[in-house]
Amino acid sequence: MNDAIRCEAGEWVEVEYVLLEVAERAGGLPEDTAATPLRAWVKGFARTTALIGDEIEVETMSGRVVAGHLSAISPGYTHTFGTPPPQIVGIGRDLRARLATYRLGGLGVDANVPQGLDERAGE
Amino acid sequence: MARYQDVMARKGEIMKRALGMDYAQFERSPIAFDYEGMMAAHGYSLDDIRRIQRAAGVGGTPLLELRNITDLVRSYAGSGHGARIFVKDEAANMAGSFKDRRASMSIHVASEWGYAGVIAATSGNYGAAVASQAARAGLACIICQETFDSRHVGQPEIVEKSRLCEAFGAEVVQMTVGPELFFHMLELLEQTGYLSASLYSPFGVSGIETLGAELAEDMIAATGAPPTHVVVTHAGGGNTTGTARGLKRAGAVDTQIVSASVDLSGLHMASDTDFNRKSFTTGHTGFGVPFATWPDRADVPRNAARSLRYMDRYLTVTQGEVFYVTEALSKLEGLERGPSGNTAMAAAMSLAHELPHDATVVVQETEYTGAGKHHWSQLAFAREQGVEVRAGDPAENVPGSVIVVPERPEQIQAKDFDLARMRRSYVRNALSHAPEGYEPNPADIVFLAEDTNTTPATVEEIIAELAAG
Repeated sequence: MNDAIRCEAGEWVEVEYVLLEVAERAGGLPEDTAATPLRAWVKGFARTTALIGDEIEVETMSGRVVAGHLSAISPGYTHTFGTPPPQIVGIGRDLRARLATYRLGGLGVDANVPQGLDERAGE
Repeated sequence: MARYQDVMARKGEIMKRALGMDYAQFERSPIAFDYEGMMAAHGYSLDDIRRIQRAAGVGGTPLLELRNITDLVRSYAGSGHGARIFVKDEAANMAGSFKDRRASMSIHVASEWGYAGVIAATSGNYGAAVASQAARAGLACIICQETFDSRHVGQPEIVEKSRLCEAFGAEVVQMTVGPELFFHMLELLEQTGYLSASLYSPFGVSGIETLGAELAEDMIAATGAPPTHVVVTHAGGGNTTGTARGLKRAGAVDTQIVSASVDLSGLHMASDTDFNRKSFTTGHTGFGVPFATWPDRADVPRNAARSLRYMDRYLTVTQGEVFYVTEALSKLEGLERGPSGNTAMAAAMSLAHELPHDATVVVQETEYTGAGKHHWSQLAFAREQGVEVRAGDPAENVPGSVIVVPERPEQIQAKDFDLARMRRSYVRNALSHAPEGYEPNPADIVFLAEDTNTTPATVEEIIAELAAG
């Protein structure tokens, strides 16, 4: 994300706007949803210079002109792969060990000969 | 009139122009319509669709036998049990999922019919597929996406899908939670004159038939016979419907169709607070059950995806089971794929364990993975939202509160969803959408039997039971 608070005309930015105020929303919504306005964000090229929070028009990739409050300048993406969850990291090690044991003839896992291996030996 | 009501009142006329066809021609009564007539109206044969898709860079994905996963299942299945497991690696499509098959047909039609652009409402892989195909065809593309809760916090998986749509040059309208997504899509369709590239159009669902047909052919080449079972990740029903129709077209009439969804029971799909308490944004029961039991809730007058016609079984698995299997697939098969697409993989391991060695189970799709669309980031996000993540028995899973990651593969046990209950629910919904006092005629009964894959006698029984309360 860009820390700038002012965009120039032609810059790639994001605007935020309200699509439906609380009173305008559809009937039958759960209470939590009904209590908030329906908001939207869209990215496009700024048509004028503006400060964060200012009302501004952008031209989107489809060529539409959309008005909203300037919410980000050069908006990027910050989602990640996260960190290895402790419940997950051992799965590969444990399953490889199980498979090796099974293919050796099933010590403590299953005494059945893995029939599939024989069928596939010539492949 | 208020803006919302005003737009919704014009829904019929907006959709008629935006869908490029008049669905009224297929209606037969307040209950029945000509489903096969609607599916055939576009005039494309299966071979036409294959040609269109190949030209668009779609389809012909590899079928892989998962020998290590198969042996893992055999290590704990009873003697002689443990079916061979295969996967159709649909992540190899251009935008990373089987949704390219759907999108390619909508985009082809949009180009043929002279539309300047397309619009789709989707938070799933379909958005990226439409954006990618639109880019190739030189069409403008707008994707309406339910992305954030009211705090402007977005699921990493959905945020990644926004990114990919934007990477392909789509305009993405990111919205907060609510069914009014559809209202805004109508506004945009009216404003732009673009084609509605609905997930549920006959074009889109026909596009999936090539997947079922390829699957049957790939399996005949690999094993000498069509698969005994195909497991399909099930949400809105298009994947089940298109795959099953394609299998039948390729002559695989005895293949069992097993739909599979992640169990998200208890979470409300339109709730702002529940929105970020789920770790799956598709392939779950929150779509799977309502769409199977009332397909015509979709953004088209009649839904081409009618999954009850085709499913022989409906299995549910837990979020923790799917995350476990996602990691196992990566470590045992060298196949790192997105978690949502692995819903069917988890169900397939459970199913294969019940079946004999000579049975063949095909998981009919995978989806791409990446930052955000990954089981690690989903689990990290769940913890940040206050969901407990622990190792243990997945039977202790509570959607929205506790994700239990199995400790051993034998703990993966899919549950059968009661199909008789779903059929009954469908018939109740169909009757309740007809005008008050309307009495179903014999043709309606036949239609309801076809739409639920049962017999007219069974439908009569259900109607009598419903009338008795």
